[in-house]
Amino acid sequence: MRKKASILGVRRSYIKKAIVGYLFISPFLVGFIFLFLGTLLQTFEFSRSFMSVGPDGYVLTPVGWDNFRRLFFVDPDFAFELVRAVFGMLPEVAMIIIFSFFTATLINQKFMGRSLARAVLFLPIILTSGVVLALEMNDAMLLYLSDVSGQAMALDGDSMRLLNSIDNMLGNLFITVGNFTIDPAFMIVMAIDNIYDIIIASGVQILVFLAGLQSIPPSLYEASTVEGATGWENFWKITFPMISPLVLVNVVYTIIDSFTRPTNEVMGIIHSMAFGQLDFGGSSAAALVYFLLVILALGIVVGLLSRWVFYYD
Amino acid sequence: MIRRFIESKHTKAVPFKIIRAVLVIGICFMVLFPMFVRLTVSLMDESDLYDPTILYIPSNFTLNNYRMALDGLNYWESLRNSTLLAVATSILTLIACSLVAYGFARFQFPLKRFLFFMVVLMIVIPPQTVMLSQFMFFRYFDFGGFLPFITRDGSRHINLINTFWPFVIMSSTVTGLKNGLFVYILRQHFRSIPKELEEAAYIDGCGYLKTFATIVIPASVPMLTTVFLFSFAWMWTDNYYSSLFLTAPRILSSALGSLAANLWHTYVNTGLGQMTFITPGFSSIVNNAGIFLVILPLFVLYLFAQRAFVEGVERSGIVG
Repeated sequence: MRKKASILGVRRSYIKKAIVGYLFISPFLVGFIFLFLGTLLQTFEFSRSFMSVGPDGYVLTPVGWDNFRRLFFVDPDFAFELVRAVFGMLPEVAMIIIFSFFTATLINQKFMGRSLARAVLFLPIILTSGVVLALEMNDAMLLYLSDVSGQAMALDGDSMRLLNSIDNMLGNLFITVGNFTIDPAFMIVMAIDNIYDIIIASGVQILVFLAGLQSIPPSLYEASTVEGATGWENFWKITFPMISPLVLVNVVYTIIDSFTRPTNEVMGIIHSMAFGQLDFGGSSAAALVYFLLVILALGIVVGLLSRWVFYYD
Repeated sequence: MIRRFIESKHTKAVPFKIIRAVLVIGICFMVLFPMFVRLTVSLMDESDLYDPTILYIPSNFTLNNYRMALDGLNYWESLRNSTLLAVATSILTLIACSLVAYGFARFQFPLKRFLFFMVVLMIVIPPQTVMLSQFMFFRYFDFGGFLPFITRDGSRHINLINTFWPFVIMSSTVTGLKNGLFVYILRQHFRSIPKELEEAAYIDGCGYLKTFATIVIPASVPMLTTVFLFSFAWMWTDNYYSSLFLTAPRILSSALGSLAANLWHTYVNTGLGQMTFITPGFSSIVNNAGIFLVILPLFVLYLFAQRAFVEGVERSGIVG
């Protein structure tokens, strides 16, 4: 009798907590139901139809899975670009995460001009956003003048020599996956060549890591230093576990950013399908396939990473 | 013991300090150099741009571009509108996102995993994909079907285009610009805060919302500041939603997007000279001047917000 009452009590407190949880997330629920779910379903509907735009709105003709079939069996570029997007994303994400964590620890320390350095590292966020980015991409004069990192994506003479000497020292370390060859030395040289792009793409990650480092209670370090821990031990036993949830969110954001930024080739295909060829059905299908791929990539990475992420709950 | 440790650290640190200085200056240089080029371009006369002997230092130094940009942006009025919009939306975003993130971080409820998956999905799907239906939603806004009961004349829908309401509604329902990301960041952050203080507060009879406001929020100042700054900066420069929902109220981002074209129109209409098309040089010099005018307030805001970082560290000492 008594046991039953306690089970009921536990049950009641669970239900109460669940209701409170729903109340906390209620702003999201409202937005999700009214503003997001509908558009998602609409995109799915578009992807299974042929859309013709007339003088009085658009007309949808259902075509089943035709748009999807066309993407994979007729379109020569789409599948290839999908695979290329994945292989381009992997090294980029690794480099951005390492660089941004490194930079965040750097500007978290106390030194003269620290506030200025932090403010400068806030600039990439402004420079890659909205209207500023749009203007920069259209400004031919400026692109010509501020070409600081040499030719994008193509190695210049010096970098080529550096690559050759690394290859001579270490031998050619190739990793071959299907038709794609990954050369770590080439990736490192490429990273040095594209350092500007990496810095510009790490703005958000640097600030998130910085705020994470700031949120670690100083008392933890004080206690462990008194116990005789070295800086190295402090880093691996305190800083790293405390920051690990933010590593996860930064990895997720970097992957999404790499896949969906306007300069991404697949995004370009999706956009030109809709507004160049006026093939809205095909474009919606391509977008859905692409987002599914992004979700799949996220799922794999999150699954691998969440093992060593430390939470207090 | 501690004193000796600190002292030894200080003496050892000189080479380290030099390496650190080189790295920090190097990274900052990479970011600042293109900005420096922008600055020089914005101070040039158009003829300087076409002169191959001129690099970085304008021979016809002029502030005329800034004068034109101030006019063309309708700067002070747009600045006021932009500030109003960005402050309102980022405060609402911050409140809504932190509540939702806390709900996901600390409570167990049915469908939680699925709903959080939807939050991530909202980051994945770029706003361009849902453009049309969002526009329609606010063009024929019906309050979820409740509108006839609220308005006096019983109209079925109202037009919210060209008001700030779409922004207010979206930022308070976590559907605004990159709000999914903010929820994710804050959820991860809340999950990394020790739980003990909250539990102690519950035992003392403190309610959920009050515990959140008095225990969790003060321990999260750096992260909340960061999210606020992201939200503010992205709203400030946003040209996507502002071109979708606003045509009449002028804000800085949309004014900057059409700056060169606007100036060209006034130039031609007032008969100041012949310019048959917008030359790339002209659009470059006025746009760069405009960009500086637009991002300057953001930069100042960031310098002020840094104080919150420092205070946050001091306050977070109460946790743990």
